[in-house]
Amino acid sequence: MNKGIRAAGQYFLLLARTFKRPENWREYWKALMRDFDLLGLSSVWIVSVISIFVGAIVTIQTALNLDDSFIPDYYVAIAARESIILEFSPTMVSLILAGKVGSNIASTLGSMRVSEQIDALEVMGVNPASYLILPKIVATVVFNPILIAISMFLGLLGGFLAAGYLSDIAPADFIQGLQLEFNSFYVWYALIKTVVFAFIITTVSAYYGYYVTGGSIGVGINATKAVVSSSVAIIVANYILTQVLLG
Amino acid sequence: MIEVNNLHKAFGEQEVLKGISAKFYKGKTNLIIGQSGSGKTVFLKSLVGLHEIDKGEIYYDDRRLAEMDRDAKTALRTEMGMVFQGNALFDSLTIEENITFSLGMFSKMSTSEKRDRANFCLNRVELENVNNKFPAELSGGMQKRVALARAIVMNPKYLFCDEPNSGLDPKTAIVIDQLIQELTKEYNMTTIINTHDMNSVMEIGDQVIYIKFGKLAWQGSSEEILTTDNEDINDFVYSSELFKKIKKKL
Repeated sequence: MNKGIRAAGQYFLLLARTFKRPENWREYWKALMRDFDLLGLSSVWIVSVISIFVGAIVTIQTALNLDDSFIPDYYVAIAARESIILEFSPTMVSLILAGKVGSNIASTLGSMRVSEQIDALEVMGVNPASYLILPKIVATVVFNPILIAISMFLGLLGGFLAAGYLSDIAPADFIQGLQLEFNSFYVWYALIKTVVFAFIITTVSAYYGYYVTGGSIGVGINATKAVVSSSVAIIVANYILTQVLLG
Repeated sequence: MIEVNNLHKAFGEQEVLKGISAKFYKGKTNLIIGQSGSGKTVFLKSLVGLHEIDKGEIYYDDRRLAEMDRDAKTALRTEMGMVFQGNALFDSLTIEENITFSLGMFSKMSTSEKRDRANFCLNRVELENVNNKFPAELSGGMQKRVALARAIVMNPKYLFCDEPNSGLDPKTAIVIDQLIQELTKEYNMTTIINTHDMNSVMEIGDQVIYIKFGKLAWQGSSEEILTTDNEDINDFVYSSELFKKIKKKL
């Protein structure tokens, strides 16, 4: 219990250090561009591949479950659309990013900690928490919603292709289903969730990386803890946000 | 000058520094020696503010570290250079980017001015044609030189080196020692070096401080170290057969 309270206190103290005025905006901008590439752009391909296939799988499974002559075909598209926009793209893709981006952040910062690179920054007069973590937070909070928007589009595209080629649903029916009773707030809800999840992934992983102890074994242990903790935090936050925004 | 009074530092129940007081003078290479685990690194890291001290005072030319606000500490740190035991070069940056990092953060130099300064520092540590290489592409000795070049890029008043010879062959170790000594005289820096290498002590030690179990056990020059009657320092120095032979000849 005490350990948990101490960890929470340490996490919020790290956040307080992170959101301090940067020493030099230009250097932070350079770091931000590097992080956009490392944490955002490099994730596009994995998000794209997973989204197309999961969109197709969701559609096929929904079509199987709604295979009834009394249920119109466009209902498959409605169900697939809601699954992809409400849950798969924002939550599942964020969980995948927690694994990819979270472990990257934790292991990078952890390696910097054990090799005294963080100490070197501190001795130079640079606030290491701010310089190393703030650009990562900005990069993921800005770029993850773009990734999720791509995921939504490709998920629905995967569903469309699967519906046409594998489930004998007419393309016109599927497109009609995608448009029918569309609630645009659901997209906003997904993007709001994504921003919160991006913040959780980055800050929780950064916390575990920043406070690594015990050399390279410690880096491995904390990278795993970062992924597990941010995944659990995402699920809890998902429940709270769903209750607040849709409940 | 750096002055330390009654420095105490503990980690939990374990008291590592037990009231060390010392003065480190400008233009001198001040060596801190002691066995592994004696508290040398904790002492050095406490001096630069990486460890918060529990008790005592640290003065940088009459400026008390504990009284400084964030901006004053940042300003002080731009006057410091530090060579870490494992070099602590930034893996993701090239050698030139490593060296010019603090210039980018704290100066308004143009890119070409920064490059000139990096080349000057690399030249000073006798390295060339490494600007665009990454740290992992260099040997241990070359990395140490780059770390030294990075430490002097801001013309520091205070230079700290934590085991600068660790992992180096004896010949390269002497070259690094001599470089540190030359730079100390050239820039009139207050240099503090942690070491347990007796060659370094004899080669460049203007002032030597021996720490034992977190306490200052002996203080003197590198000449005095061979002739002192202090049992603690003799136990440490003459644990090597070579120095025992030297002692007999003396």
